Amino acid sequence: MNPIIIAVVVLAIVGIVAGLILYYVAEKFKVEEDPRIDQVEEVLPGANCGGCGYPGCRQFAEALTRTDTLEGYFCPVGGNDVMARVAEILGLEAVEKEKQLAVVRCAGSYEFRPVTNEYDGPANCAMEHALYSGHTECQYGCLGHGDCVAACEFDAIYMDPVTNLPVVVEEKCTACGACVEACPRDIIELRPVGKKSRRVYVACVNEDKGGLTAKACKVGCIGCGNCEKACEFDAITIENNLSYIDPAKCRLCRACAPVCPTESIWELNFPVRRAIPSNKVKPKKKPTA
Amino acid sequence: MSEYKLLTFPKGGVHPPENKLTADLAIERFPLPSKVYIHLQQHIGVPAQILVKPKDRVRTGQLLAQAQGFVSANIHSSVTGTVFKIDEIYDASGYRKTAIVITPEPEDEWVEGIDTSDDLKADIGQFSSQEIIQKVKDAGIVGMGGATFPTHVKLSIPDGKKCDILIINGVECEPYLTSDHRLMLEKTEEILVGTRLLMKALNVDRAVIGIEANKPDAIGKMTEAAKKYEGITVQALKVKYPQGGEKQLIKAITGREVPSGGLPIDIGAVVQNVGTTFAVYEAVMKNKPLIERIVTITGKDLDHRGNFRVRIGTMVKDIIDYVGGLPEGTGKVVLGGPMMGKATKTLEVPVGKGTSGILLMRREETKRKKVLPCIHCARCVTACPQGLEPYLIMSLAERGIWDKAEEAHAQDCIMCGSCSYVCPSNRPLQDYTQFARNTVMSIMRARKKK
Amino acid sequence: MENKLLVSYSPHIHDDSASVQRIMLDVILALLPAVLFSFYLFGIGAIIVTVVAVASAVLWEWLIAKYLLKRQPQIWDLSAALTGLLLAMNVPSNLPVWMILVGTLIAIGVGKMSFGGLGQNIFNPALVGRVFMLISFPVAMTSWPIPLKSRMHYLDAVTGATPLGVIKEGVRNGEKISDLMHQIPSHMQMFYGIMGGSLGEMAALLLILGGIYLLIRKVITWHIPVSIIGTVFLFGGLLWLMNPEKYPDPLFQILTGGVMLGAIFMATDYVSSPMTPIGKLIFGFFIGILVVIIREWGAYPEGVSFAILIMNAFVPLIDKYTKPRVFGTKKMKKQN
Repeated sequence: MNPIIIAVVVLAIVGIVAGLILYYVAEKFKVEEDPRIDQVEEVLPGANCGGCGYPGCRQFAEALTRTDTLEGYFCPVGGNDVMARVAEILGLEAVEKEKQLAVVRCAGSYEFRPVTNEYDGPANCAMEHALYSGHTECQYGCLGHGDCVAACEFDAIYMDPVTNLPVVVEEKCTACGACVEACPRDIIELRPVGKKSRRVYVACVNEDKGGLTAKACKVGCIGCGNCEKACEFDAITIENNLSYIDPAKCRLCRACAPVCPTESIWELNFPVRRAIPSNKVKPKKKPTA
Repeated sequence: MSEYKLLTFPKGGVHPPENKLTADLAIERFPLPSKVYIHLQQHIGVPAQILVKPKDRVRTGQLLAQAQGFVSANIHSSVTGTVFKIDEIYDASGYRKTAIVITPEPEDEWVEGIDTSDDLKADIGQFSSQEIIQKVKDAGIVGMGGATFPTHVKLSIPDGKKCDILIINGVECEPYLTSDHRLMLEKTEEILVGTRLLMKALNVDRAVIGIEANKPDAIGKMTEAAKKYEGITVQALKVKYPQGGEKQLIKAITGREVPSGGLPIDIGAVVQNVGTTFAVYEAVMKNKPLIERIVTITGKDLDHRGNFRVRIGTMVKDIIDYVGGLPEGTGKVVLGGPMMGKATKTLEVPVGKGTSGILLMRREETKRKKVLPCIHCARCVTACPQGLEPYLIMSLAERGIWDKAEEAHAQDCIMCGSCSYVCPSNRPLQDYTQFARNTVMSIMRARKKK
Repeated sequence: MENKLLVSYSPHIHDDSASVQRIMLDVILALLPAVLFSFYLFGIGAIIVTVVAVASAVLWEWLIAKYLLKRQPQIWDLSAALTGLLLAMNVPSNLPVWMILVGTLIAIGVGKMSFGGLGQNIFNPALVGRVFMLISFPVAMTSWPIPLKSRMHYLDAVTGATPLGVIKEGVRNGEKISDLMHQIPSHMQMFYGIMGGSLGEMAALLLILGGIYLLIRKVITWHIPVSIIGTVFLFGGLLWLMNPEKYPDPLFQILTGGVMLGAIFMATDYVSSPMTPIGKLIFGFFIGILVVIIREWGAYPEGVSFAILIMNAFVPLIDKYTKPRVFGTKKMKKQN
């Protein structure tokens, strides 16, 4: 017989036998899984960002199929739409959550916050923070090495080359919280998107006394309390020489911003005011890319 | 040096240029500054609790703040004067910490009972072990080699452990620093009395004073003086950094290894620095609390270098002004030695109990060079005295893989800096290893708590 | 930024006596006597091959870094120049220019840059280039100009066989070693380097001198060269004792071919060799075994390149199992 034919036949037989063995093994050792895991995973975004608190979407899906209530489970990337579909698959009640966005609470570009030292180590915020208080007088502000940028899976944050501060791209931000986690200075906060994407917040986390803050940074919150007095809705509290605007109480009336002597209150996506506050030019309008 | 058998630790180590520019300069007394700034936390552990308020008049040696809890140390006034204010003052990391600011009077008025004479008091007979430890505790003594661990805690041996050897660390393997060297030359007898006090406190009959072979005068003098006392010997050690690391020193002298994650007492050894030993002598025999220390002020461009006896709380800036101001081209001011010292953010930092030196470095001497890729030359692996693989720990730390970093024993790093020192690619190995060490240790602590 | 105080982690000093550039320069300097000697032996051909190899290796590195990887080329670390030089040392002196260009392109492009550049490559780049050429151009790569015979000729140099080739061919034809020995140079001649072969395989003496220089400069440690040469000597000697008519004597084994060059300059490449002394000894031992096996039972008369490349692949494994002992772990011996 032709050796080619022999070779073909032999190979075919080997192939068939091997295929049968594989089929048998696959059937025999099949792992029974909840089929809903696949379905849930299907509707999840698949970014594996960890914003839900689980290592990846698959693990989150597994956790979802095991739970009896969706309270405390949320995919910040997919948002309410995705969670509603998950609830449908699992036959559970959907829990709505307000959509959030990351905001950067530091406005201290080098123009306003003089550099005091030259950091001569790896360009990594966590490491510089662990070593000392940073290369400016402010021991709370942004270090500018972009740990948040490295942590973002969605390209939703970048370092502004002019200010050397991170900027959040609102359209891309999914509020997964990776940057909040990555920032050693806790500068980034997740805040509700707000009506028409309008937000008012204090762009400073400096808890030093007013004098020290003012010395370190021209746009730092000195805790003077003007904003607290101006607010009619009790949304502003001053604690540790630092003002904080509670997004749940804030009605976006914008009474606080003009009274801030250091212009550390930022208003995003509002129409331009008619009369610009008297004091100097401000770094106020954050570029929204 | 042939008469000495030089001991050393077996693995790793480097030979940085010694640069002991101030070795021949006798200890000078540093004048009283116009203000002293005394931090409440000059030790590892809980900050001390403040006992004075502004406008109070305090005398030299008076207790300003009381130790809180077990791992903590008393803080005393280093001058006589008026409490100016209690304020937040920079530490070397640039963070502001609570400190007592005192305006000194020109003349010291010592708290009664403190013997300020230079007379040697050598009769230790009347003190019991408990009394010695209590006096050390009252005097606020901490490890003066730089670790600032409260000494009385180290002297209180936990139940079930036994100490059989006391090691006095006179190695001073850090380049530039000479404060311990000068102390051994000028206060030889006092250090030996201090050693005997520590032996008594620990209830051991054997003490070894380890000195690096680059200080033959100190070895000679200490050996001669130690002959009088039974159980105290001087051991010369090979010149190799980090010979003065606690674990390396114990290994060199006793051949024992502190187990990974353990303490020297686990293998029956206690190590004290010669500066601490001298402070113990003063505390017990002279009732003098820890209010001053020897600080080496040095740098290649500095004219008025020296070993100064400085009051705790003196600003680094005042000291630098006194020795002629910051020389041009200074790039870095290091508190401590060049291998393990801390680069200070600002000169407005007071000298603390652990400040062994102030080193002014030229910019070109210390500025780091461009980081190149790792070429796997294994120099860091060879240099590491702890048997770690710094290149590996660095790459794990860069990617934040902490469980693997723990498997690679990042937590066993002693932060000696040998790896960064030898790296031909100028890689910041120590930076990452230190970061990994601290991260892994906090993960381990958190796990233990659970 | 000029008057700002620097802040960084410790240590604040650095040993500047060893930099990547200095290390590469040291290796090049150590090779230099052997290079000059090869110029003397092979004349113009050797000069052309060396210059072309070094220049093209540097050029490829620069082009690939700049235009393919889009990053700052690092040619001044001299690593590409060294790769080029080592490749030149591993080829015959009558190799056409275009083949050398292909060889260095493979060495730099495939052997080094495709892995991510300096420090990332698993295999020794020069050997990747060399083996590629050996397989692609077997005739050109194994026609060896006869030393001192045709110094003014390049491509048209008079060629002959290497001692290893003579022995392999002879033994394969059933001849006895003792009959073959007078066809090849004496041991002393081989030691001084008067024999056929590639540029850098010549003078054992000069290569050993270079090795001693590297040891003094602490660029390499003794472990890899000694273990390779020792293993080849012992294993080769064992075979020779069993049958001196079939297997050549151990001195012949270590003096011919690329053993010296490989052991001192190729296998000691940092990136593709183990980290710890024990790892290095294991690495060298297996290279030695493989060299003899390939020489005696393989298809090629020489096996140093293959042996090193094969063992390169095992380096991560060796590193994994020969970690240094961490201080304070494992049981110590009885305390004193």
